[in-house]
Amino acid sequence: MNNIVLNTVLRFIGLVFLQIIICSNINFLGYLNPYIYIIFIFLYPITNNRLLFIFLSFLLGLSVDMFLDSGGVHASASVAIAYVRPLFLKFSFGAAYEYQAVKFSNTTLSQRLIYFLFLIVIHHAILFSLVVFDKNETLLIVKQTLYSSVFTLIVCLLLTSLFSKKEL
Amino acid sequence: MQQLFNFFIKNKTFVLFLLLFSCGLSLTIRSNGYHRSKFINSSNQITGSVYGTFHSISQYFNLKKENEILLNENSRLKTLVFSRENLTPLDTLLEQKYDLFPSLIYKNSFALPNNYLTLNKGQNDSIKEDYGVITSKGIVGIIDATSSNYSRVLSILNTSSRINVKLKKTNYFGILSWDGKSPEIAQLKDVQDLVKLSIGDTIVTSGYSSTFPPNIPVGSILSYALNDTEDLYIIEVKLFNDMRNLEHVYIIKNTAINELRALNISDE
Repeated sequence: MNNIVLNTVLRFIGLVFLQIIICSNINFLGYLNPYIYIIFIFLYPITNNRLLFIFLSFLLGLSVDMFLDSGGVHASASVAIAYVRPLFLKFSFGAAYEYQAVKFSNTTLSQRLIYFLFLIVIHHAILFSLVVFDKNETLLIVKQTLYSSVFTLIVCLLLTSLFSKKEL
Repeated sequence: MQQLFNFFIKNKTFVLFLLLFSCGLSLTIRSNGYHRSKFINSSNQITGSVYGTFHSISQYFNLKKENEILLNENSRLKTLVFSRENLTPLDTLLEQKYDLFPSLIYKNSFALPNNYLTLNKGQNDSIKEDYGVITSKGIVGIIDATSSNYSRVLSILNTSSRINVKLKKTNYFGILSWDGKSPEIAQLKDVQDLVKLSIGDTIVTSGYSSTFPPNIPVGSILSYALNDTEDLYIIEVKLFNDMRNLEHVYIIKNTAINELRALNISDE
């Protein structure tokens, strides 16, 4: 049990640092950055204590916001995907989730791909609508959401497989 | 009452979600105005020291180029000094009104619609809000939040940034803002249609505000067009500064700022 708590805390701090020091300074093609800190929300152990989980997600987003001077956009987007996460867990992992027996190292690549993809698109859609905050720029929001989602998805899949214990 | 409590307990996850989500939303909306995001910003002790630690590593990557920029500026200043060595001010009133503080950029961003920079000088170095920030090439922005050791700059690449500038040739002035698109190009508005413009004209600060001294370079005219009512120009300005690549900056303190403020108050 203690091991899980320690793991979660380390992952929280590590991902925030990785995000603000490296991933927010990539600026691929001038403006594309992967938002990898949401891996924390993907990999958070499935528990019944959803209140703590949602609160931690808020803290995660808020600390990223603080470093990037972006008001509360990351906090809002993180809380939103933390709230809808069970829905997509059920959708992508099916019966295994019902028995609370999902282990990320035991899932197939396509299951993980679908799970990540949905949450990333929701997160980025909320994030960029709030960042741009202008209904006349809907095209820009859609464009940024699509491109950044692809970028984030690739980096997230690579990172999670890099640190997974099982041989792929 | 009992039913109300039951409702909250039953839907506590949703209530918490709603609460935190609206919390995030209100922070976002508040941060969109100038001078409002006082609490969650990168000029506090924690974020400042984290950025400082990582900056001390990453600054080595730019040493060569930064040295070159500093050398160039040095030689430019030397030539200025040599060419006007025997010019002494006639009166103490004509002596400089501005103090310059060198500073390092800890964090820079330019890809968002609202960009901010974090500097390594704060209240302990007598830096306050509304001081201007420049490099040797041109202007960078205005300080909008400070802590004891760090300060945050509202970049000219911020959709709420407004800076008073003028055309160097004709002295007509206008307001420089940014549309959030290219980090190289800002927009100059409110220049009347009777002004003669040509592409490549230099834009400098006007000196009408107490933040920047007059005649600090800003950029050059890239293109211009009339607005919808055809009485004012909208000018695209190519900035002299490459905002994506900044390291050393100067903070400008106007030593006469208190005097100017006192005058403005007595006007009202």
